[in-house]
Amino acid sequence: MKKIKLNTQIILFLVVVALWIFLAVSSEYFLTYSNIKNIMRQMAIQGVLAVGMVMIIITAGIDLSVGSVVALVNIMLSKMLANHFSIPLAILIVLIVSTSVGLINGIVIYDFGVPAFIATLAMMTIARGTTLLISGGSNVFGLPRSIANFASSDFLGIPSLFWFLIITVIVAEIILRKTRFGKYIYALGSNPEAARLSGINLRLVTYGVYALGGFLWGVGGVLETTRLWMGVPTTGTGYELDAIAAAVLGGASLFGAEGSALGAFFGALVMITIYNGAVLLNINPFWQRIIVGIILVVIVAIDQFRKKRSKD
Amino acid sequence: MLNEYAIQLKGISKYFPGVQALKNVNFSLKFGEVKALIGENGAGKSTLIKILTGAYSADEGEIYVFNQMIEKMTPIISEKLGISAVYQNLVLAPHLTVAENIFLNKLPSKWSFVSKSSLIKKAKEVLKRLEYHEIIDPNEKVKNLSVAHQGIVAIARAISKNAKIVIFDEPTSVLTSKETEELFRIISELKKSNVSIIYISHRLEEIFEICDKAYVLKDGEFVIEKDIEDTNEDELISYMVGRKLKRNFYISKEIGKEILRVENVKNKKLKDCSLSLFEGEIVGLYGLVGSGRTELARAIFGADKIDSGKVYIGGKLKYISNTLTAINNRLSLIPEDRRNQGLALKLSVKENINLPIYRKISKLGFINSRIEKETALKYVKKLDIKTPDIYKTVQNLSGGNQQKVVIAKWLASNAKIFIMDEPTNGVDVGAKEEIYSIMNELAKNGAAILFISSYMPELMGICDRILVMNSGKIVANIPREEYDEEKILAYAIKTAKFEEVDSK
Repeated sequence: MKKIKLNTQIILFLVVVALWIFLAVSSEYFLTYSNIKNIMRQMAIQGVLAVGMVMIIITAGIDLSVGSVVALVNIMLSKMLANHFSIPLAILIVLIVSTSVGLINGIVIYDFGVPAFIATLAMMTIARGTTLLISGGSNVFGLPRSIANFASSDFLGIPSLFWFLIITVIVAEIILRKTRFGKYIYALGSNPEAARLSGINLRLVTYGVYALGGFLWGVGGVLETTRLWMGVPTTGTGYELDAIAAAVLGGASLFGAEGSALGAFFGALVMITIYNGAVLLNINPFWQRIIVGIILVVIVAIDQFRKKRSKD
Repeated sequence: MLNEYAIQLKGISKYFPGVQALKNVNFSLKFGEVKALIGENGAGKSTLIKILTGAYSADEGEIYVFNQMIEKMTPIISEKLGISAVYQNLVLAPHLTVAENIFLNKLPSKWSFVSKSSLIKKAKEVLKRLEYHEIIDPNEKVKNLSVAHQGIVAIARAISKNAKIVIFDEPTSVLTSKETEELFRIISELKKSNVSIIYISHRLEEIFEICDKAYVLKDGEFVIEKDIEDTNEDELISYMVGRKLKRNFYISKEIGKEILRVENVKNKKLKDCSLSLFEGEIVGLYGLVGSGRTELARAIFGADKIDSGKVYIGGKLKYISNTLTAINNRLSLIPEDRRNQGLALKLSVKENINLPIYRKISKLGFINSRIEKETALKYVKKLDIKTPDIYKTVQNLSGGNQQKVVIAKWLASNAKIFIMDEPTNGVDVGAKEEIYSIMNELAKNGAAILFISSYMPELMGICDRILVMNSGKIVANIPREEYDEEKILAYAIKTAKFEEVDSK
């Protein structure tokens, strides 16, 4: 009998299938078209953030400012739209802002030598503080109806929001596999000194990966705004942890050089399935996070065990 | 008769997925005996040692230590029995001090508070046994020490445990000849106090200096055990590799134009270094660890800053302020520490080889994967890199093949000036020979090689001339006709002031 080589993605895929079968049997509503679309909408934002996070994690970095940047974008965009800015212009502005925030993270990390954990922890509180300042701590209303319509709209039978995730995953996979920048991301994560001695400009790679992250937090913030149809200064809390969890579930190693966008996608899918299933099965929502935590530990432990065995 | 053996391993076999690492191996070690364990990489030496120290458990066979059968060997039992090992890849905690590293698992303490003064005192005693108490400060953090001094710390840790059986795994690969002599002195002291020693080294002449017996493994099987008086290097090598090995690799080459000139380069570690390399030349750079060899290599390559001085390539003044400029000027550096500086271990053979040339083989950022693959295949074939395929991560390759990947990387980048810092460090005899012939091949085709090594015989065996460094300066330039081991060593050790030498 031919031995099937289990990799992280396949294990994760099996977990998803098992969860889906279980839920399909337990709840007749689970496999309905409207619930699947619901899952897709819930997953879109988290998936986009997880893809940005996995690229940063591959460089052996981390970004904790995700949730705060999502909130900053949400508030800025809501304020502008409530004041009748043109929608494309407002979106362009917030994406420039979020990308710049990411670039600043990169500069602080590379040029000032601040560890990524600390640099982005600082950015997390700075961005949150700015959000609260701009909003005065209160929600922003009065956004155009078209914004909310977009969140519930479909394109080719699939929620429009989910298309953003599909495109993000495809583009990120192409970057990681097919481009020079992608190879440099893995090289930086595996061994920065070897990369430097191979003539790679680590400054640009660091700037690039955090700026790209910032851009995706911006996309996440825009999508969040369409779903909320208002500005909520406290939104996004804990999103960075969900993104890290999804990336790690998908096979990323915090030591760098391991992980993929597709893995992050499946990681996010596992988490969303659990959240969705818990609601359908009427499980106390407080249990959701406990279950996700347990699954995270179990899957990573299995993965480590598997790697250790293949090494011996 | 009963108490003659410190260790007896009987019929040991160990199977790993895909390989039979050890096959029915018997090994014994008497009290106060120094036994060399030799064989090519992959012969099973490490596996045997790991079984003895309890890191692996054997599939079959029995382990006797001091005539007592050990049912299940574990690292803890092994340490209790007084077995300790000094590994090639030093296992130290870089952020802790020398003293803390020496006593890591038995810090002297009162009510679990570490007593710092007694820790320092005890560390000094151990270092004194090695006569390093005035050279290494027990309060220094290990990461600030040179590689050689880190080796001394590892040895200090091993002997601090009152070990009865000490295993040295390639201890001299980072040491210069002077430091190696120190190590031999330490080993003979240990032997006098009836400690048994297993000595693993690729440098066979060392074995003849300090070992009583040589035990040869090949492909996981026992080949032969010989009294050291009854054998010679060539014989042992033929047992190890199954064929004869050359020692002199020198070939005469056509020396061309000057390709690299370094003038008065200075920085923190370098005091005014000048040298020249010509096309077709292999130039040795000898010096003790800490003499500034590695720093000079890194400075020329633009990896470290220089404060003043000029670098000419092909007669033109170049400002090499970063590694990319160096690479564009066809320079290359094969760094001292292959695993930490030379390779991205988690990436594949293909990616490591292409790393310096991704910018050349991509358009609008997209890599031409056909060229990427062809380049990798070409150099894997050319350098005979032993890997199942080009998609394997380099961490799975042997030391010699890893080093060949580093060389392949620079061949792919079309380098013409090769700075090789200890390129044969920790690679086995066969692979060494291959690296030498690659160097000759390169030089024959007009490349210039600066070959840095702590191991004088290999420099004398292949170089056209040898530069000697001492305290940040190049103090001698010795042509092939004037090679003399003692003279070179004298230049490297002496602290006297040297006149400026013309190193052309």
